[in-house]
Amino acid sequence: MPETTWRGPITSKAVGIGVATAAYALSFGAISVASGLDVWQTQTLSLLMFTGASQFAMVGIIGAGGGLLAAVLTAWLLGARNSIYALSMAPLHRVRGPKRLAAAQLTIDETTAMALAHNEDESHSRYAFWITGVTLFVLWNIGTLLGAVGAAALGDPAALGLDAAMPAAMMALLWPRLVDRTMWAVALVAAALALVLTPVLRPGLPVLAAALVALVASALLGRRSA
Amino acid sequence: MWIAVIAASLGCYVEKLAGYLLPHSVLENAALRRVAGLLPVALLAALVAVQTFGVGQSLTIDARAAGLAVAILALIARAPFLVVVISAALTAALLRMLGWAS
Repeated sequence: MPETTWRGPITSKAVGIGVATAAYALSFGAISVASGLDVWQTQTLSLLMFTGASQFAMVGIIGAGGGLLAAVLTAWLLGARNSIYALSMAPLHRVRGPKRLAAAQLTIDETTAMALAHNEDESHSRYAFWITGVTLFVLWNIGTLLGAVGAAALGDPAALGLDAAMPAAMMALLWPRLVDRTMWAVALVAAALALVLTPVLRPGLPVLAAALVALVASALLGRRSA
Repeated sequence: MWIAVIAASLGCYVEKLAGYLLPHSVLENAALRRVAGLLPVALLAALVAVQTFGVGQSLTIDARAAGLAVAILALIARAPFLVVVISAALTAALLRMLGWAS
């Protein structure tokens, strides 16, 4: 197939994902500033961290008065799945040097999903990864800047309902993962545990404790399948 | 704050890079794959709960709970991300403006 035939549909899909992601970025920028980070710190997260759930979690915990250490640890734990994505993307990027370093930064949910969706041919898969990654990186950062500058100009976060935007954004990230009863059970137990621990632990720690639910559930599932 | 921002960002980058440097066979470890799939679910669910009902170290039901309920309805209706977030924020803002919730 000539390149022009297969590249078109992949590119338009990538732009579609990019535009939707810019919307996430707008809310991230706004919520981050409402949580007490300045515009530069917010932008640094989008440039350097570039993994949505970790960014939302980090500013969420800081905004709730949690310790910085808990915020950092939660961001790391949420970013751990990118290691698995990178492992499955590694055969696609056998190049060394700067290009591989760039590929690593762009290895997130959306780019991995796009590359896997077009794995009928390695060149298609690679193109899907890069076009989605670059589009997303640019729009994610523009969206963050607009959201952060906009929120900094707007004023009182609670009057605007920005504190309610945070759990809604998290819920929107969680929703597509609730695909079966196991996921629902893990989500409900983790939520309940975090609420029970809220009065006894410093803000941020109850969320970290909920990570244990994932470990226990994984062990139980492993025993059942063994 | 800057130290936390940089440390968290670098850590997340190292996690991505590690996947390219580790041998591919690590992927065959079923337990690791399972934990990686379950971690985001547990952490995101906990974050939703705490950020909806938590105020520091106490729990409360306020306008955020109504916002979350509206967000869930929007998700069931397959609304796009921005609609979900804005409808939750508007719900909370409106309830506070009317004085029906804090």
